[in-house]
Amino acid sequence: MCRLSAISSTEYSSVMEAIIALDTMKEGHDGSGLGVTLKDLGGEFANLKKYPIFSGICTDAGRRKLDDYMEHRGFAVKFKWEPKITEGPGINVSRRGHYLATVYQYPDAYRDRPQADKEELLLGAHQDLRRCGADDESIYAFSLWPDVITLKEVGDPLEVGRFFGFEEKPLTARVVLAQGRQSTNYAIQLYACHPFFLQGYCTMTNGENTAFVPNRHFLTSRGFIGYTGYDSDSEIFCHTLHYVHHQLGYPLPYYKDVATPLKDCEFAARPDGAVLGLLKRSLRQLCIDGPNCSIGFLPDGAVFLFQDSKKLRPGIVGGGPGKYGLMSEECGLEQLLPRRQRQSDIIPMRYDLVIISPGAQEVKVWNQRNGSITTVN
Amino acid sequence: MESAQRLDHNGELTLLEFPFIIRWREDRCSRCGRCTAVCPTRAIEPSVMAQRLVYSDGNNSLPATIRRVSQVVRQVNDIARHCVGCATCSLVCPNMAIMPEYNPNHKFLFHKNQGGIPYARGGRRNDATTSTLDKLKFTRISMITTPSLDAGRHEFHLRTLMGRNLPPEALPLELADGLLRPRAGGVIPPVREIFPIRIGGMSIGALSPPMWEGLAMGVAYLNEVENIPVVMCSGEGGLPPRLLRSRYLKYFIPQIASGYFGWDEIIHALPEMIEDPAAIEIKYGQGAKPGDGGLLMAYKVLKLIAKIRGVPMYVDLASPPTHQTKYSIEEAVTKMIQSVSMAWGFRVPVYPKIAGTKTALAVLNNLTRNPYAAALTIDGEDGATGAAYHVSLDKMGHPIASNLRDCYLALVKQGKQNELPLFAAGGVGKEANLAANAAALILLGASGVDIGRYIMQAAAECYGDERNRCNLCNLGRCPRGITTQDPRLYRRLDADRVAERVVDVFKTAEIELKKVFAPMGRSTQLPIGMSDGLGVADPAIAERLQISYVC
Ligand code: SF4
Ligand code: SF4
Repeated sequence: MCRLSAISSTEYSSVMEAIIALDTMKEGHDGSGLGVTLKDLGGEFANLKKYPIFSGICTDAGRRKLDDYMEHRGFAVKFKWEPKITEGPGINVSRRGHYLATVYQYPDAYRDRPQADKEELLLGAHQDLRRCGADDESIYAFSLWPDVITLKEVGDPLEVGRFFGFEEKPLTARVVLAQGRQSTNYAIQLYACHPFFLQGYCTMTNGENTAFVPNRHFLTSRGFIGYTGYDSDSEIFCHTLHYVHHQLGYPLPYYKDVATPLKDCEFAARPDGAVLGLLKRSLRQLCIDGPNCSIGFLPDGAVFLFQDSKKLRPGIVGGGPGKYGLMSEECGLEQLLPRRQRQSDIIPMRYDLVIISPGAQEVKVWNQRNGSITTVN
Repeated sequence: MESAQRLDHNGELTLLEFPFIIRWREDRCSRCGRCTAVCPTRAIEPSVMAQRLVYSDGNNSLPATIRRVSQVVRQVNDIARHCVGCATCSLVCPNMAIMPEYNPNHKFLFHKNQGGIPYARGGRRNDATTSTLDKLKFTRISMITTPSLDAGRHEFHLRTLMGRNLPPEALPLELADGLLRPRAGGVIPPVREIFPIRIGGMSIGALSPPMWEGLAMGVAYLNEVENIPVVMCSGEGGLPPRLLRSRYLKYFIPQIASGYFGWDEIIHALPEMIEDPAAIEIKYGQGAKPGDGGLLMAYKVLKLIAKIRGVPMYVDLASPPTHQTKYSIEEAVTKMIQSVSMAWGFRVPVYPKIAGTKTALAVLNNLTRNPYAAALTIDGEDGATGAAYHVSLDKMGHPIASNLRDCYLALVKQGKQNELPLFAAGGVGKEANLAANAAALILLGASGVDIGRYIMQAAAECYGDERNRCNLCNLGRCPRGITTQDPRLYRRLDADRVAERVVDVFKTAEIELKKVFAPMGRSTQLPIGMSDGLGVADPAIAERLQISYVC
């Protein structure tokens, strides 16, 4: 089962903190990969929040393709970042190419255009880059979005962290999502590494999504160009979140109602019970129906965690105003926040959706059964 | 003057031409006459036979002869009275003295057209080979990151939706204070949540009163006591007047077909209905006999049937092959669905049933554009019927697996796979693997399946099989009392026992469906279209159905 580690903090946190937490949960993952997504970046990126960042891996040829494409579309390079790759004994990670996080200036024609137009531009460009680098594996385009960096590589998570030089010069961010991978039924492929990112929405998940094929059929038939990929059954979670929150415009809790719907006999206890049956029916094919725990963030920086009732061991959320950890195992939280108040740890059950508000000052638990919200701290 | 002894046998058949040959044991037979009395085709008759016995007796060892006349049971070699292998004679024989035996070398069809009348029968396609559905296996078992569910203890929700599901974008909802609520004036089509196996359309005229009653009682019991919401289609020919006015109507799907039999009664009962029916099925075609209408022979049209159908007694009731009042199927589908929906105030899902055909996609496309169409039922070539020409039964129609799959994938292309549920019929449970066949069709994209012949076999011991055993359903001489209106025959069938068996069948199917879905990790929603769960050891089938080839 993959292991999940996320941080939401008021100050910038190092990506290495999340990776070390993953390492304590090592028993569970087979070290087949690490993926990290950082949002609300610190360090050199702290003053570049408005500008889109391409993050990914390119071969030499891929890099040329990338530069040509971005130039052709009118993007100008504003800042370039590359990890300080560290190789040597104890780091069994093979270098694939250039690991990049390049900040761009929007094309002139887009500078004063509304946000929605910019989002569309970025999505289109991301898809193009992913496509044109797919055949020869010259470009892995993980994300192209303002203030977000995603990096992925195959190997033991701690070793991959060292490989990226994060021990000496870590990336920092207010929201960090990291996943240590256990390969499921699909071949190990970089694009299959979590977290998954789409237009400001990001999720990582553990457990197998057995409803993958119907889920994918439903999403790909929505006519939205971003619903592609699906090298992993877990990419569904991210796209479902995007579909429910962005496309349908439903508030976040309804994401849980779609992915893990209530039983019909439970609707009545909810103030909005009258619509739950309709959602359940119309979105039947997005029901996840698997033992999954999912952690993700929204474009506004809210971080959440929930799981299906089939999940045998729940995740855990702990910490206090200023810094929270969201982990798939308690030992990860222990590692991240050893001095937290343990009595206020939240071990979410099947009905719970834990939401850390943007800025990490507050944690709320939304109860799916009755729609109530409990503020924990 | 003609000789008493025929000199030639021109035009006569030997028993080897017949599909079933009767094995009669003279030594066991006590000449009670039960077998000949019970035979539905009069294929056997009491007869006499002169025997010459040679014996030697006493001290005188010289053999002597005597002639003796003994009574025998003889199989007739008249094609009009051929033995259908039903084995009712064996059933009633107290001495195990008689048994039909299948004759694989028979030449039956060469002769079964005497008088220029093609062979007609009941039953389904005579093909005893393994069907595609039975070749499919469930090959995706959760093992590593996700353990299989416990079919016995985990909570499963084995329900499907019958009705038009609005796409999420079209739901009449609005947001107020962070909560969704229904928008005033929004219209939501009726959708029923039902068990994914339905009892398909078998009419009250085709079935005997105890058979129909037994099915209906079983269905009511399953809903009210067992909490398994099974629904049952009436077939063409209406519903009993009391049922129309009862609260049980909600478990039934009245069928409207090209003869409109029974609809006068249904429409007149409308103001007195205290419940809406589960749905209305408009039959355009039937998998067993594509292009043919229904047929109820005159000798089945007794008093009750005549009353329910609103016709005189003892007349042949033939439904035309198409709905005559409409110009084209497109028009028929659109207008009929709309007007029938209107009759129930748009509170009842209305859907068409068609025979499996290469042109199913055209009907489907028509339905996706019709917002009132609630579903589509496709009836494949292995479906059964009470009466049809043999040529239609055996040679016409389309297998259900690829027809259903094509339709599902066409819906996926349009993004309407959840909007318009597909129901598959025709050969489900043909080899008794009801739950496995149903699950396979669901994984291929069906929202549910219909059964007909299976329930007759399992709940009322119907003799029929795919070697043309029995299949007398069209003649009103059903030896089991299932498809007859003759009280002497249907007295043999106990409605209570049929009901009990119906309950057994669905309870079993529910457990077996869980056994299939649990290892796939699915429990909240039916795995509709989860085709990665299927595998088949035949590469051509795998390619055609777009599932994995396994060996
Ligand atoms: S098997 Fe049926 S049809 Fe044949 S002789 Fe016996 S009773 Fe008659
Ligand atoms: S037993 Fe009755 S229903 Fe079954 S095949 Fe024979 S005639 Fe038809």
